[in-house]
Amino acid sequence: MSIDLSQFHQVFFEESLEGLDVMESALLNLDTENCDSETINEIFRAAHSIKGGSGTFGFSTVAEFTHVIETLLDQIRAGDRRIEPAHVELFLKSVDCIRQMIKSLEAGDAVEMSDANDLKSKFQAILDGKELAAAAPVPASTAPTAPASVSDTDAGSSGGAKTWHIYFKPDGDVLKTGNEPSRMFRELEDMGVATVVVDTADLPGIGVIDPETCYLKWNITLVADVEKAQIEEVFEWVIDEAELRIEEVAQVAVTENPEQNGAKPSSVKQSKVEPSDIVQTTVQSPVAEVSVSPAPSQAISAPAAKEPAAQAAPAAKKAEKNKTEVSSIRVGIDKVDSLINMVGELVITQSMLGELSRDFDISKLPKLLEGLEQLSQNTRELQESVMRIRMLPISFTFSRFPRLVHDLSKTMGKKIELKLLGEQTELDKTVMEKIGDPMVHLVRNSLDHGIEMPEDRIKAGKSDTGLITLNAYHQGGNIVIQIIDDGKGLDKEKILRKAVEKGLVGESDKLSDEQICDLIFKPGFSTADQVTDISGRGVGMDVVRRNIQELNGSVEVESFTGKGSTFTIRLPLTLAILDGQLVSAGEHTYILPLISIIESIQTNMDMVHRVAGGCDVLRLRSEYVPIIRLYDIFNIKPESYNLEESLLVVVEGDNMKVALVVDDLLAQQQVVIKSLEENYKRVEGVSGATILGDGTVALILDISGLIKLAGVRKDEYKKVKQGGDEAA
Amino acid sequence: MSLDEQTVKKSGVSGETTFEPSEQYLTFFMDEEEYGVDILSVQEIRGWERATSIPNAPSHIRGVINLRGTVVPIVDLRQRFGIAPIEYGPTTVVIVLKVNEAGKGARIVGVIVDAVSDVHNFKVADIQSSPEMADNNNSAYIKGLGSVGENMVILLDINTLLRTDEDVDELPRSKSKRVH
Repeated sequence: MSIDLSQFHQVFFEESLEGLDVMESALLNLDTENCDSETINEIFRAAHSIKGGSGTFGFSTVAEFTHVIETLLDQIRAGDRRIEPAHVELFLKSVDCIRQMIKSLEAGDAVEMSDANDLKSKFQAILDGKELAAAAPVPASTAPTAPASVSDTDAGSSGGAKTWHIYFKPDGDVLKTGNEPSRMFRELEDMGVATVVVDTADLPGIGVIDPETCYLKWNITLVADVEKAQIEEVFEWVIDEAELRIEEVAQVAVTENPEQNGAKPSSVKQSKVEPSDIVQTTVQSPVAEVSVSPAPSQAISAPAAKEPAAQAAPAAKKAEKNKTEVSSIRVGIDKVDSLINMVGELVITQSMLGELSRDFDISKLPKLLEGLEQLSQNTRELQESVMRIRMLPISFTFSRFPRLVHDLSKTMGKKIELKLLGEQTELDKTVMEKIGDPMVHLVRNSLDHGIEMPEDRIKAGKSDTGLITLNAYHQGGNIVIQIIDDGKGLDKEKILRKAVEKGLVGESDKLSDEQICDLIFKPGFSTADQVTDISGRGVGMDVVRRNIQELNGSVEVESFTGKGSTFTIRLPLTLAILDGQLVSAGEHTYILPLISIIESIQTNMDMVHRVAGGCDVLRLRSEYVPIIRLYDIFNIKPESYNLEESLLVVVEGDNMKVALVVDDLLAQQQVVIKSLEENYKRVEGVSGATILGDGTVALILDISGLIKLAGVRKDEYKKVKQGGDEAA
Repeated sequence: MSLDEQTVKKSGVSGETTFEPSEQYLTFFMDEEEYGVDILSVQEIRGWERATSIPNAPSHIRGVINLRGTVVPIVDLRQRFGIAPIEYGPTTVVIVLKVNEAGKGARIVGVIVDAVSDVHNFKVADIQSSPEMADNNNSAYIKGLGSVGENMVILLDINTLLRTDEDVDELPRSKSKRVH
């Protein structure tokens, strides 16, 4: 029984990708002029663990490739070689290459080797002492195409394949301890060319055979470039319960003695372990006959054992494919420990309350209340701890930007420094995954539109190196992410001109600076003079805003001409919990996300105006805000139809303000969001549900859905009205 | 109820159909008829409690309830079939069913019925297909007709009956209007 390593593959993939991230960021931090040995060590360690891991799991392509990188790194580390900027570029490229390899392995696809081979030959060229410039003409043959020449470090093995003769006689109960000789032979086969000959001399008669005992012994001839220790490693598990002799045989001796080995080890093709050989051997032996009996005798015969193995392989692959969809999370041990502490306290409180209830009388009431208080505190703490498990430092998202800025500034010929602040700010994993792309877009924009070319910067009296700052911090229940550049700022005149051109605003409209800046988030808006491959296609900022709004967040921009722009993203810390305002309408209770509420007012009819067409608006200081009657769009019966007796909650959604008519405001509380779609379906105007303290379900309102719903109703209402008018 | 006595005698003797393929159904009453649902899809039976109504939902969707932390929709089966609604009484129960919808996976749905009756074994061979009638839309949701003694049991196909993409608000009445 061999351990199914595939169950660890996912962990390996994740660790490797993390390792690659480490390598990448270390490479970007590396100052080639002033080489810091700790950074080199860091890169080396990451490369080394990837190599080790991929070797263990049999991803030899990755292992071989990483090995070449590691060799060069080792030389740099030892001080034998100076690191050149060109090396860094090459390392970065190989990081991409390994990442690609791991992704294909993860997806179960074949690994594309052309890039890897190309890079490998370049590395080999450096290792061979040739300079990079001369690397191209170096024939690919110097690349370690054969695994033999890769595992080279000691001089002894470089001589090529050796012939080993292995005599393996396991104890009778080797199968009972779960060891499988055929698995070891397969491992030998992986090392080189193995010829396995079974010796059935010790087999007893069919009458006395014990199906679980191994009576076989093997003579193996292995032609491979391996050390004795490597072969011993294969037999590591059985070395104490078997007779094992490993001898190196001179090449000549073997070829002289071909009949003993059954095949010529010198010719590669023929001497591969052919199952048919073994089948023949076993068929002649009584073991094969026993195998019709239900006893698990097939464990002894190699070809039979191969069958389940072959079946298991595709199954494992399938399982692996499914597994890739499950995302996992790495949690610091301190968080888990604190969780365990909390649960411990909860158990204590629970047993205390249990004790109290055994013979309860009214005199113990204060104690009960105290216990309940403690229970609620425990629960709250437990909830917070569980939430913290999903929280990851934002450095996971930030870490991709140094590379991005490095690459982009190179292609654009700009000099840019990236500053990361507040990398330890924690954020929910789901939010983090979704915020990555919008942030990439904003950073690209700052690079492309914000930061000027070095000469322009000098003209403007700034240093030639532009500065982009990514800043993250907590503010209330939100996380704030800022992308700050010190570039030329938004060209407000140009934006306004473009907006007028595209008919987004009227020519005579007077807009505040803030409103002009906000225009860049409108669909189909781009001021780039020409479309570059970085940005300017005009599908950007509106998508950014929409993505962020989907996370219940907001994005805004502040800009000063000549000084730079600041994009500020505000996001809720988690998607699972929401600060809610309970409102009542008739006998129903709904929840409004607190973040969307601007204010709540009691109105008098003077402030309400009826616009022809059926829509009421509320005059709110200088603005007119459409009124949406919740009872109207939800078809429910309110306590009162009189606006003066109701409350108007001014809420914002979809970039517009509306006043929602409800009967009353109830409590504010944090609510856990439950899916309505899981068992039912999407409901217009409702984003989800939650369970209130009394165990009933309350629906969470979705402002933009409500606006849409009201819009539909309005049209219908208009139609009805028109129809009514005509009839009259 | 005399019917109950009969069914009690008949049921619980599972041994009699050992070798013939049979299916077990939970039966319940609705408008004096007995209906059955596959017992394997039944999660639990609970008393009726007020549900939180869903805005603009079809009238047979009574709302959603909290089933140990999961939000579960409740369907009034009378209204689903276009039978006149009655006041919910002490026998009114919610049968919580696990519905498998092609391409969507399992969903949990509760159905409100007048009263639960019993669990019956039906031999697959004994289940009659429901009479097809051109104007009868409900027959699509009926798996077949079984009989327990003198009484007919209408066996429902809940997977089609409780589909979410069902646009029809209420089904047309299947039988001539009963007067209560």
